[in-house]
Amino acid sequence: MIGPMIGVLFDGFAYGMLLFLLSVGLSVTLGMMNFVNLAHCAFAMLGGYVTVTLMNSFNWPFFATLPFAFLAAALVSIVFERLLYRRLYGASDLDQVLLTIGLAFVAVAVAAYVYGTIQQPVTMPGYLRGSVTIFGLTFGAYRLFLVGIALVVTLLLVGMLEYTRFGATVRAAVDNQRMARGLGINVDGAFALTFALGSGLAGLGGALAIEIVGLDPSFAFTYLIYVLIVVSVGGLGSIGGSFAAATLIGISDVAGKYYVPHLGAFLIYLVMVVLLMWRPAGLFGKR
Amino acid sequence: MSVALDTPHTYLESQARWHPAEAAFWLATLLPFWLFPDYLVLASQIAITALFALSLDLILGYAGIVSLGHAAFFGLGAYAAGIVSKYGWGEPISGLILGAIVAGIVGYISSVVVARFRHLALIMITLGMGLLLHEAANSMGWLTGGADGLQGVKIWPIFNTFRFDLYGYTAYTYSLIVLFLVFLVARRLTNSPFGLSLRGIRENSVRMPAVGAPSRAHIRKIYTIAAVMAGIAGALLAQTTETVSLEALGFQRSADVLVILILGGTGRLYGGLVGAVIFMIARDQFSGSTPQFWYFWIGALLILVVMFLPNGILGGIAKLTASWRERRGRA
Repeated sequence: MIGPMIGVLFDGFAYGMLLFLLSVGLSVTLGMMNFVNLAHCAFAMLGGYVTVTLMNSFNWPFFATLPFAFLAAALVSIVFERLLYRRLYGASDLDQVLLTIGLAFVAVAVAAYVYGTIQQPVTMPGYLRGSVTIFGLTFGAYRLFLVGIALVVTLLLVGMLEYTRFGATVRAAVDNQRMARGLGINVDGAFALTFALGSGLAGLGGALAIEIVGLDPSFAFTYLIYVLIVVSVGGLGSIGGSFAAATLIGISDVAGKYYVPHLGAFLIYLVMVVLLMWRPAGLFGKR
Repeated sequence: MSVALDTPHTYLESQARWHPAEAAFWLATLLPFWLFPDYLVLASQIAITALFALSLDLILGYAGIVSLGHAAFFGLGAYAAGIVSKYGWGEPISGLILGAIVAGIVGYISSVVVARFRHLALIMITLGMGLLLHEAANSMGWLTGGADGLQGVKIWPIFNTFRFDLYGYTAYTYSLIVLFLVFLVARRLTNSPFGLSLRGIRENSVRMPAVGAPSRAHIRKIYTIAAVMAGIAGALLAQTTETVSLEALGFQRSADVLVILILGGTGRLYGGLVGAVIFMIARDQFSGSTPQFWYFWIGALLILVVMFLPNGILGGIAKLTASWRERRGRA
């Protein structure tokens, strides 16, 4: 009884960590600029396809592809930020939603054109494939690895936001953008960097997600919904909130599918709608 | 616009007057009967999509509520009309009314929630409620047919005389009449003081209560009305195609109708109609067997419209004619 339960909890936690990597960037950029970026998961998908291409066409090892998944998503996102996004910072929600949905449509079509609509196969290195037994409980090696990476990323992010000058700038801009500008902080520049960092993390998340959920062009929309749920439940601009919300959503999704499979994703959406009605600004949101 | 703004009533009356271009538009909707008799099925789908876009325009274009889950009401209407006919009552008009009532009830319940939120929370709530209904319909396979779609829908002839034919002759006539009637209602609504206060809410929902227009009550009303209209559109689709698929409730349909409305232009009623004509004909011509490439052009179009045509095609035309008139006036 306890064994399967811990297994479900652990799988849910690992899945939640994946959602955290995918969504933390969106949470921070939304909190900073109030920019509703529905193309966020298109950048995650880009990271996934970079890993697939490097592994399958160039025979790179899995680990070596991860930095490139991060960099590719970050670089492409900064180009879009400078060319398109920045023109709409003052615009209405609707314009932002439309522009970024348009970008996501284009990204899905391009991915389908280049790679086809099939699931992309990847073979993980042997040491990530098996399972590990700790105290008589079996854990998937890849999921342990995923949890490890997510925790390292969280520590790095929190450290950077709390203890560096750049982090102080970002926190100031999230808290009160106009005041930060008044103090001479370059909010646009800080935002561009944060945006690139967030998209890069999404790209990394996309690369890590292939083993768990697969990769096909519909990724940009399927996981967009999960990411938006995490962001809006966790609260804008809050890393801790995203972490808690991702864990909650990950565990309730996996547990829901394990214990009440006929409900499907119903449970997740219900959790989200109820939480949002109770706290419209999210669990940890200030506004 | 150089309209004498003596009193609000003369302003509203001048807005409500029928423009010759409007009469021309509605006469042009009759053309498919003679010019494209082979495309009447498509024409009926266009009329249904136009009705759906019109309902979204009421909440998005007039009250400024961004909804990513409007297909929920379309799907509710479709399933209500489809299920009642599957279980032996195939009379179309009452089926239509049933679809409208079911969508309206759920619309009213959700409007209580929707009226409380703005910005991202609003987008997420509408999206979440749409997804909830989609999952509910998916898991209630015994009622809705699940992923296979609702089979066995049988619709009786309208007034026991006009049978639904293979060429879509009845379907188009029926959809067009319903579209026109609902359009008249929408036109009357938007040209009333109520419609004017909705536009006020869109511009500033905090200030409107101060001039005597309760924002939340108005939003609840228009959201329910829009849900009823979307339900009628869904019921029409179920009756004319005699099937309902899960896709009627899906996120894709909510996104499509948003694209259609934006393409045509929001807040001017005809925007959704023009957008539906262009979108549906283009999809029929270009999508073929690979719908995912069709979305490349939709996406590119969306980016262009947001960047260069902020008020859609009709907004662009209005701007062009205004500048043309001004130049002629100066010469």
